[in-house]
Amino acid sequence: MKLWTLFVFSAAAMAQTPQSVDAKLAALDTAVKAAQSAGDNAWMLTSAALVLLMTGPGLALFYSGLVRRKNVLGTMMHSFILMAIITVLWALVGYSLVFAEGSPFIGDLRYVFLRGVGLAPNPDYAATIPQQTYMVYQLMFAIITPGLIAGAFAERMKFSGMVLFTILWALIVYFPMAHMVWGKGGLLNAALGGKFPCLDFAGGTVVHITSGVSALVCALYLGKRQGYPQEPMKPHSLVLSVIGACLLWFGWFGFNAGSAVAASGLATSAFVATHFGAAAAALGWIFMEWIRNGKPSVLGGISGCVAGLVAITPASGFVEPFPALLIGFLAGIVCYFMVTMVKSKFGYDDSLDAFGVHGAGGTFGAIITGVFATNAINDSFKDSAGKTLPLGWVDGNPGQVINQLIGTVIAWVLAIVGTLIILKVCDAITGLRVDKDAEIEGLDLSQHGEEGYFFEA
Amino acid sequence: MKKIEAIIQPFKLEPVKEALKNIGIDGMTITEVRGHGRQKGHKEVYRGQEYNVDLLPKMKIELVVTDARLNETVKTLTEAARTGKIGDGKVFVYDVAEAIRIRNDDRGEAAL
Repeated sequence: MKLWTLFVFSAAAMAQTPQSVDAKLAALDTAVKAAQSAGDNAWMLTSAALVLLMTGPGLALFYSGLVRRKNVLGTMMHSFILMAIITVLWALVGYSLVFAEGSPFIGDLRYVFLRGVGLAPNPDYAATIPQQTYMVYQLMFAIITPGLIAGAFAERMKFSGMVLFTILWALIVYFPMAHMVWGKGGLLNAALGGKFPCLDFAGGTVVHITSGVSALVCALYLGKRQGYPQEPMKPHSLVLSVIGACLLWFGWFGFNAGSAVAASGLATSAFVATHFGAAAAALGWIFMEWIRNGKPSVLGGISGCVAGLVAITPASGFVEPFPALLIGFLAGIVCYFMVTMVKSKFGYDDSLDAFGVHGAGGTFGAIITGVFATNAINDSFKDSAGKTLPLGWVDGNPGQVINQLIGTVIAWVLAIVGTLIILKVCDAITGLRVDKDAEIEGLDLSQHGEEGYFFEA
Repeated sequence: MKKIEAIIQPFKLEPVKEALKNIGIDGMTITEVRGHGRQKGHKEVYRGQEYNVDLLPKMKIELVVTDARLNETVKTLTEAARTGKIGDGKVFVYDVAEAIRIRNDDRGEAAL
């Protein structure tokens, strides 16, 4: 078909004057660019929707199924309300603080109120799609990240405290970290001139380490739930959690493959790596449970797949399919131990294992990205002469692991210091924990005046 | 009049209902309950956290019969509910002071 078109075109071209050939070529060029843009924009808008799905209802279902019935709505609200709050914050200042060029640590205010963020592309980030598409895509990441922290303070957090905490956390921890890794001039930005180029394709450090480590800080600061660990606090509906986990897996294709910012071969690589990582991790966790408990559990399977998705996130656009399987499998095992052994050994009440899965999985994934990242998958990093740079250890660049460690440590430190300050501030202004009676009554009634299930109606 | 309260295995509900229907007893109240006698529970594990679950699901059947029909009803019920293993359940019998049909204010055995 292509050959035939070329033949006809050439024949027609040869029969015409030079100017009209130039004009036709220019028109063809524009048309091809428009087609690529259309494909990219379609994929990116879809990806943005997929990432939002991860929060609502993916995370909402996953987390709320794990808590007691009296807290089901309160837990869903922890996810849902972010869709509203973070959106407004992002539109006001968030996009600017992350993506405007400013200092290596934070962006300036040139895009405040989304000034200048229109349909024209921003070539620094995504040359073929409207900047607004990029903005709204990144917004979905900003929404889900604080939602992950809610796993640590589930069943005992005051709603007003959570709202204030979220706003401050986005400003003090997320926006700076996202800028450092993804913003132009950011300290850790591998693509745009960072001093310590850290390879983080879709947010292992930015999203998972920051939220997971913050979660640990919150769990330690707030203290354990009343009755923990003697009183049984079984998940009230693993059915909801399974549905949520599957929606997370589905939406994660937008999270990782969408981070290619184009409907390209790189998106395909990231899609495949993501899926393989999830699958292998589910098996890794189940395998450990089967050996150690005698029975493979559904909760183990879905926890494993999430751990794999977390770990593959920074690696997704850099690794080949079989390393992705390996990364996933190891992540399933690592997180299994974090959640079952380390947590009970230290006795902290990270209620829904936000640290055990996101903090630990993200740390593992970020570091192992330095091992398996290869320019065979991602050749976008070139030196000044235009030669493609080696990426990770498999490319003969073991030093990348050091850069990954630097990014990881910065994420940890920022999360710990930032979260401690924020918790102190919130404690003083709104308070953090519900009072003892409200905790026993449940968040649904005490914070929202509602019941999740009312079977007599 | 006597009230029969039977705690039985959930999977025995249909056989018991069928057996009672066959002797002409069709008024009863069923509740899902949890409990145990001597039956051991089971262990559940959620992400490494172990729970001993010793409150087991059972079905409670409550029905009120005339004194004349008591023995036949209890015999039919227990035979239908029996497996011979621990966990089959128990039957308790109580005296009933009064019975009233709400629709038309029938009293005593006429209300049953």
